[in-house]
Amino acid sequence: MSGQAVNASLSRAFFALVRRDILLAFRRRTELLFPVIFLMVVVSLFPLGIGPGPQLLARIAPGVIWIAALLATVISLDALFRSDFEDGTLEQFVISGHPLTLIALAKILSHWLVAGLPIVLLSPLLALWMNLPGESLGVMILTLAIGTPILSLIGSIGVGLTISLKRGGQLLSLLVFPLYVPILIIATAAVMAASDSLPYTQFLGLLTAGLITSVTLAPFAAAAALKISLS
Amino acid sequence: MLSASQIVFERYFEPVFEPVNFDLKSGELLLVTGANGCGKTTLIRVLAGILHPTSGQLDLKAAGMAYVGHYLGIKDDLSVVENLRFMRDFLGTSGTSCEQLISQVGLTRVAEQQARTLSAGQRKRCALARLLVSEAQLWLLDEPYSNLDQEGVELVDILLNRHLDAGGACVLATHGAHRPQWAGTTDYHLVSGAAA
Repeated sequence: MSGQAVNASLSRAFFALVRRDILLAFRRRTELLFPVIFLMVVVSLFPLGIGPGPQLLARIAPGVIWIAALLATVISLDALFRSDFEDGTLEQFVISGHPLTLIALAKILSHWLVAGLPIVLLSPLLALWMNLPGESLGVMILTLAIGTPILSLIGSIGVGLTISLKRGGQLLSLLVFPLYVPILIIATAAVMAASDSLPYTQFLGLLTAGLITSVTLAPFAAAAALKISLS
Repeated sequence: MLSASQIVFERYFEPVFEPVNFDLKSGELLLVTGANGCGKTTLIRVLAGILHPTSGQLDLKAAGMAYVGHYLGIKDDLSVVENLRFMRDFLGTSGTSCEQLISQVGLTRVAEQQARTLSAGQRKRCALARLLVSEAQLWLLDEPYSNLDQEGVELVDILLNRHLDAGGACVLATHGAHRPQWAGTTDYHLVSGAAA
């Protein structure tokens, strides 16, 4: 096959997989909705527990929303490869001869579309609940838009490593939370800087750098982790 | 099409089976038999490239490989047609229509049903249809006769004969209750590594 034909067949395989994963997510609606509802419940508990002091809520809003986003992502992560691993589809992927890195990337993309994007879309509502000032709302959405794909990407490595364990989900959270810490720090710093009318573009730059690094490296690491788990 | 020389696979530093040697050509069937636990599934998975042999040479010259193992790789939440269409798009094959393949394996009546509602035998038939979707030259079948009724067993033999007749090749692992009838069959009795 010529190079062009190979590229065409790879991109067809990539989009076929993304389409299938999104279709599957809509067939399993509980799996689709649970992280979103969990996110909303966690955020709404804070005003109830801390008391509706507008200033205090506004101060902790970036941290609360981001931590809730981390928890919601970790809950949904296990679904990233588990069902394909358990029913033998992953073996079929390996045999197909398509690079596992590409397959991992397609699965990460569909995971973000199903689990990460709803967080970004819901964030204005969450910000409203937490009384986040209007001027920092845009930065909040932007940090989530750049940051949630990083969560899916880094998480995919952890899922790849723990997939062959029966109770992998519990280990997974211990494995990925430390790796999420820098993103949490940078993202909340950006939103807090915006609330205080301080420059925040450097934080967004750092976050974007993190996204670019993880897009280029994480699929390879996830593919390697899957190979280890399969053997 | 596929040749193996001195293939050894170790698990926890113990060889699973004795070194495997064979040379499979187009139109040939390699029938791997042996007792339970002698490593048939492991051997098939090594040949499929899912596991890496500890030592030995594996030489593959086939255009495409298809595998049916114990885990069938069928999505419960997709219908039979959707499962096959996805595999067709994913593998980039376009030959026969999926509906035609479904009627070949006798699943027309349940084609639109979600795979979770199928019986074990029907799921196996769906996995056999995927073999045809893949248009692969080399088939690796691990216990293809399990869960199938008499008609299903005959179906496997018909599909297998047609595949080998068209110049394909196949490695088939079975514990030996039924054996396919094909002139170019080579028997390979796998011996557990622990026996050595």
